[in-house]
Amino acid sequence: MLRFILMRLLQAIPVLLVVITVTFFLVRLAPGGPFSAEKAVPAEVLKALEARYHLDQPVINQYLSYLGDLAHGDFGPSFKYPGRSVNEMIAAGLPATAELGLYAMCFALLIGASAGIIAALKPNTAQDYIPMSTAMLGICMPSFLLGPLLMLVFGVWLEWVPVSGWGDIPGDKILPALTLASGYTAYIARLSRGGMLEVMSQDYIRTARAKGLPEWKVVLKHGLRGGMIPVIAFIGPAFAGLLSGSFVVETIFQIPGLGRFYVQAAFNRDYTMIMGTTVLFATLIILFNLLADIVAVWLNPRLRDLYRSGGA
Amino acid sequence: MESSELNNNTNPQATSAPAEKGSSLWRDAWHRLQKNKMALLGLGVMVTMCIAAILTPWITVYGYEEQNLMLGASPPSAEHWLGTDTLGRDLLTRILYGSRISLAVGFIATAVALLIGVIYGTVAGYMGGRVDAAMMRFVDILYALPFMIFIILLMVIFGRNILLLFLAIGAVEWLTMARIVRGQVQSLRQQEFVEAAVSIGLGPWAIIRRHLIPNTLGPVIVYTTLTIPNVMLLESFLSFLGLGIQPPQSSWGLLISYGVETMEEYPWLLIFPGLALSITLFALNFLGDGLRDALDPRAAKD
Amino acid sequence: MSENNKENILSVSDLSICFKTRNGSSKAVDDVSFEVARGETLAIVGESGSGKSVTCYSLLGLIPQPPGVIESGTAQFKTGAEKRDLLSSNKATLRSLLGDKIAVIFQDPMTCLNPYLTIGEQLIEPLCQHKNKTRTQARKRAIELLKEVGIDDAETRFGSYPHEFSGGMRQRVMIAMALITEPELLIADEPTTALDVTIQAQILDLLDDLKKQRNIALIFISHDLSVVANIADRVAVMRAGQIVETGETQQIFKRPQHPYTQQLLASVPSGPKPTQAFQPGPEEQPLLKVEHLKTVFEQGKSGFFAPRPAPTIAVNDVSFELRHHEILGLVGESGSGKSTLGRSVIQLIKPTSGSVQLDGQELTQLSPKQLKPLRQRMQMIFQDPYASLNPRMTVFDALAEPLLYHRIATRKNVTAQVLALMDDVGLAQADIRKYPHEFSGGQRQRIAIGRAIATKPELIIADEPVSALDVTIQAQILDLILRLVEQHNLSMLFISHDLSVVRYIADRVLVMHKGKLIESGDTETLWANPTETYTQALFAAVPQRINEK
Repeated sequence: MLRFILMRLLQAIPVLLVVITVTFFLVRLAPGGPFSAEKAVPAEVLKALEARYHLDQPVINQYLSYLGDLAHGDFGPSFKYPGRSVNEMIAAGLPATAELGLYAMCFALLIGASAGIIAALKPNTAQDYIPMSTAMLGICMPSFLLGPLLMLVFGVWLEWVPVSGWGDIPGDKILPALTLASGYTAYIARLSRGGMLEVMSQDYIRTARAKGLPEWKVVLKHGLRGGMIPVIAFIGPAFAGLLSGSFVVETIFQIPGLGRFYVQAAFNRDYTMIMGTTVLFATLIILFNLLADIVAVWLNPRLRDLYRSGGA
Repeated sequence: MESSELNNNTNPQATSAPAEKGSSLWRDAWHRLQKNKMALLGLGVMVTMCIAAILTPWITVYGYEEQNLMLGASPPSAEHWLGTDTLGRDLLTRILYGSRISLAVGFIATAVALLIGVIYGTVAGYMGGRVDAAMMRFVDILYALPFMIFIILLMVIFGRNILLLFLAIGAVEWLTMARIVRGQVQSLRQQEFVEAAVSIGLGPWAIIRRHLIPNTLGPVIVYTTLTIPNVMLLESFLSFLGLGIQPPQSSWGLLISYGVETMEEYPWLLIFPGLALSITLFALNFLGDGLRDALDPRAAKD
Repeated sequence: MSENNKENILSVSDLSICFKTRNGSSKAVDDVSFEVARGETLAIVGESGSGKSVTCYSLLGLIPQPPGVIESGTAQFKTGAEKRDLLSSNKATLRSLLGDKIAVIFQDPMTCLNPYLTIGEQLIEPLCQHKNKTRTQARKRAIELLKEVGIDDAETRFGSYPHEFSGGMRQRVMIAMALITEPELLIADEPTTALDVTIQAQILDLLDDLKKQRNIALIFISHDLSVVANIADRVAVMRAGQIVETGETQQIFKRPQHPYTQQLLASVPSGPKPTQAFQPGPEEQPLLKVEHLKTVFEQGKSGFFAPRPAPTIAVNDVSFELRHHEILGLVGESGSGKSTLGRSVIQLIKPTSGSVQLDGQELTQLSPKQLKPLRQRMQMIFQDPYASLNPRMTVFDALAEPLLYHRIATRKNVTAQVLALMDDVGLAQADIRKYPHEFSGGQRQRIAIGRAIATKPELIIADEPVSALDVTIQAQILDLILRLVEQHNLSMLFISHDLSVVRYIADRVLVMHKGKLIESGDTETLWANPTETYTQALFAAVPQRINEK
């Protein structure tokens, strides 16, 4: 198992390198530098600025020194906000994004998995159709539509919850989290329905029933483990997606999160900020995928054995 | 090419005995689909949408850019069924014109994804071994990239080019397609009927064309139907952020983003474009689900 | 069993079950009545779709409703002084009996144990559920029972997961699980069908012993008459939802009354080959010559992190000859490498080393292109007629493909040739445009055989061609194969795990065990005097028909 984790971590290094390299050169390829917007900047000032950020050096040198800094965990200074480092800006934005993502994940798992399981117990009945059609709403109502609509209904018309803000008033985190969760809730509902349907048709479920176990025990003890495997496998990518996809919700609800910073950085051509966020998101995606894989292996005794016997 | 000769002759012409027409899996699937009301409804909605989008310039009363500043933003009325925007432009007209872009992006980018994904997946699945491992590792690596972020980056850097939009979206969506096709091909390859084809002496190309592709078509069709809404979502999302379609062109995402700005005063500007998008996504998803149930090989057995 | 102390523990009367589907309703069980007494074994025998499993599952409430509907009938189950109708009991009552007074053993031990829970956890479940035992008490009992069913080192194995057991061991676990609450009625649904023949014999013995010790009633469901011959006191023969004949085992085997029972008995391959055994000419060069053939599989993917087990040697230094117009049987249990050998011979799998010569020409060194003309001369028939036909190709497409590909037929006369082939293998010409899913298993196997003989090959490798078929269909296909071999002067390598089938069809037999060829000889000679211990064990394990004893 340890070997498995180590190998996966080792494998992540080339992936990260690819991400860094591609982003780095893509950004440099772009017409218009970070300072081109300020037309009034005199040539010498521009030169001084470029020298300060090492933009006057050959690209390959810039690339190597950036890599070197990254190895020390230094994302470099922001191009757009003089005096602030990218590390500081990420540190400022990440907590809100992570909190939002966590709430959204909880919503998605709780609502999605229970809807899916309930639907799978009585397939092709009202008990199946009603939760699954509701879940379909989540897929067909993208967050940039659902968010404003929720805001309109609950914030503007009903005035139940505040329209925007983050952590100012109790309850203002509910709408953003729900909005962010909606799509993932729907996917998780479908995944768990599919997984449970598959498992509940297995022979060993029949064996459990033949033992005279009550139905709830059959479902929870014998069905759930296998049925939730697709969901577990999805949590990793989903969480990464939640984090990197949160900028819409952050923009709509004006949450000071990383996603919003990223979009701003992209518009402003804030090289180092773009790179820093991209690398961070890529790392998070890889980490969460790895976590999901580990949990999936751990849940399946057969896989667990395979890795145990080969690893160590 | 022996295989071309084979293909031209898949129907026995003059048979001495009166041959009963067999019912192919496709026909069976179509019968099953016809029993699925929601899927049929979805199909109907999509066909209507597409026809309306194609005929838009001829069926709309108002011009796309036709302003009526005197009127300003007005709620739905007899003259303007879905109301007008702040410049007094007819919303229905704008939604119809937007549908052209949204649907076109959906279909074209999906086609790009389909093409790359099917070829890549088939090759990987058929070759197997090291080639397959290398090819799928590459897909894994791409999967690990924060694509949403890359697309944003691309759009920011290279400007809002609609062609680039197709490519960028297609480039994201082909990954899953490749995985699905590869999985299918891999499991089919172990089937005895493929072994039988090998033992007959068929070459790899004939096996791929005659035995593998027809059998992967089902899942591919299903996934294609489900990719289109994904792509449309992505496009409208980018347009919403101001990174996709550029004015004066319009798409649903763009209309929604205008709607959001003024939703407190003129909610219909948000609700109607939103409805158009949601209904389309619903229709495509129901159709996709219906197709999946209809084409499911397990269902075909009973 | 004497009549006077017979105490019926279960009596089923007038049971009818139908399944309502989109295409109307079909009667799965039609007015079935039977009873079973304490200490008695009742075998319910029938082919697939005869309703034998549905009958028993309905008693346990394991039939999904809908689509299943129990239309009529009662099933009186007597436990102690109480008598209950299982069919009209509510779910809670049924649940209190299930896994306690009534236990079930299912067919496939590979899929019937929960892969995510330890076998110990699964074993003690019935005890904790029905007898209010603590986990410690239950554990103690479970370990005792595991020992009793023949699992060594039961204390440690208690915490193992199902995948750590072999098929036979899992079935022992299943049996222990069924017996742990000391049930009064045990229902065994094809408990040995998924097992190898030597394991099957052990499990049958074990079941019989345990039943006798505990004096419980056993309902034994099987498709295989020879399996039930030794274990059953009475036999009920089912067909199309009805019990056509019931009687004492001796009577059913010796004096079957119903024509279907007679047909069933006649279909079981028994005794030597009906046609004349093949006599080789002395001067003849063999059609197929295999020397020191070895096929090794690399296990697992070649990933960096997936730990790779040692490579498996599936075929290990095998040499044999197949003469012209000979049927050579290849027997062995699952995992013995017999299928791999067949595929290595026909070059579906590249052998690792060794030589395969067809009529003097070496095959192993040829490229796919060079092989193509030779492929016409050797063909294969596969085991599973559901998997060996492309579901999207009609009969015509499937049969025309080899004909056109090898230019045996032209586009003009291909239809006529396909029709002739269909005649040859006994398919109706009218079905030419139908798709595989519209046929039954036996008919599909006919299509597959037609495809194999289309190119007029000299050598056919038949890999378990009848083991997926019902016994009456199996008999028809075996006779078809014998006829075609005769008619077309074919030579055949006939791979099977079923010794009776091989004896019925083969002139000479090879015995394979763990990748090696351990014995060979003329069929009847070998049958009379197997020399190797393994072969003797294999032959001894074949369930003997009553009238042969």
